[in-house]
Amino acid sequence: MAGTQYRGSEIKDVNQFMDDAAGLETEREKEIGQHIGYRYDVNLVPDYDRITPFLKSYMEFMGWDDLNWLEDIHMGYEEGSPAVFDRNINGWVRIPDSIELPDNQQDRDMIARELLLKFQMSDRHPLVSLRKAYMKF
Amino acid sequence: MASVTDAELKGMTQEERVKALGMTTEQLTGKSLYMEFDPDAKERFAYPWAPDVDFNKRTDLDCDGRTTTEVNASIRDLMAEGYGTIVLKNPRGMHSLGVGILSKLNLIIEGSTGYFAIGLIDGPNVRVNGRVGWSCGENMMAGTVVIEKNAGSTFGAAIRGGDLVCKGSVGSRTGIDMKGGTILVGGDTGALSGFMMQRGRMVVCGNAGKNLGDSMYDGTIFVGGEIKSCGVDAVEAELTDLDKAWLTRKLTQYGMMPDKGVDHFTKIVAGKQLWNYDNLEPNEKKLIL
Repeated sequence: MAGTQYRGSEIKDVNQFMDDAAGLETEREKEIGQHIGYRYDVNLVPDYDRITPFLKSYMEFMGWDDLNWLEDIHMGYEEGSPAVFDRNINGWVRIPDSIELPDNQQDRDMIARELLLKFQMSDRHPLVSLRKAYMKF
Repeated sequence: MASVTDAELKGMTQEERVKALGMTTEQLTGKSLYMEFDPDAKERFAYPWAPDVDFNKRTDLDCDGRTTTEVNASIRDLMAEGYGTIVLKNPRGMHSLGVGILSKLNLIIEGSTGYFAIGLIDGPNVRVNGRVGWSCGENMMAGTVVIEKNAGSTFGAAIRGGDLVCKGSVGSRTGIDMKGGTILVGGDTGALSGFMMQRGRMVVCGNAGKNLGDSMYDGTIFVGGEIKSCGVDAVEAELTDLDKAWLTRKLTQYGMMPDKGVDHFTKIVAGKQLWNYDNLEPNEKKLIL
């Protein structure tokens, strides 16, 4: 019956959604042809032992003692490619092939945070154009 | 749908119906923009439009005789002049103070505020030396907000990122519809806290009221005291070593570490029994009815 059982796939391996882009595991997912749920563990809290120098500098610049909003940023997987969800544009941005991925999710998340931060602060981010068109103040 | 008759649909298997109705074409996983990060992007820490403020450049702003709009506009003007620390004097419970600050800033509010204070912020560090009314930090994106006393209901409604801290107790529906970020409560929280939570973390050092985490889809709630009752689909999970390290770090950071540590905290997550993300169900119901 609808709405009475968990129908998404379990995440068992860090490369699961790169090895199997569709990631259809359960009967329900196969039936509708879509993966149910996130392609990463949204509840994974950061391991601060793995923080990078760039992220440390950002924290210092903002006057924060931790990663703040970046604690919610993880590396996800879109159509078999590693990608990061950018909340400011409501879409996925992919990780270039030239970047070598570590073998664990924590280090991948730190890379995701660095790349997203640089992208959001850059002039090529779509929000720059949107702001010019729609800003009120 | 118009090209397929009801009789034809009834004769099909469910998979055939799905394809005939064109329902597998819409993806649920978010829109692809087919954009890539630039691995050589310049290292920057602020938005291109953010004012260049200096935390050491400090000024006072008296709220007396000004409207909320005037106070909020003055904050922006002062930031444009490079002030990185602004102290609001005499807030006297004004509503919607300090909303829409979209870059780094130290904002100190000397007194209490009314409802919807410090909402829609993206970056500043705010300290309120008094109490706050309903919906403090609503839709907050990034930054830190620390309330020294108590807060009203719907504290951190729809928060998306950052740390929202109340050192006292808060009302009901704390973190309703939260989509990210961290809410820390030093005292107790009321009923229906974490209602329809989608992600993020809530930490309550005291007790939690009825129906904690009702209809939560994802996210984590940590409670140090007693839980009156859990809501629909909110279930207890194992507190991991990583959780404990994160809790210790976060609570110590805001001077809220309980004397007995964090081992006694109860962790609540979604049971995922209410996951109805697939877009077939409304159409399935139509077919059945």
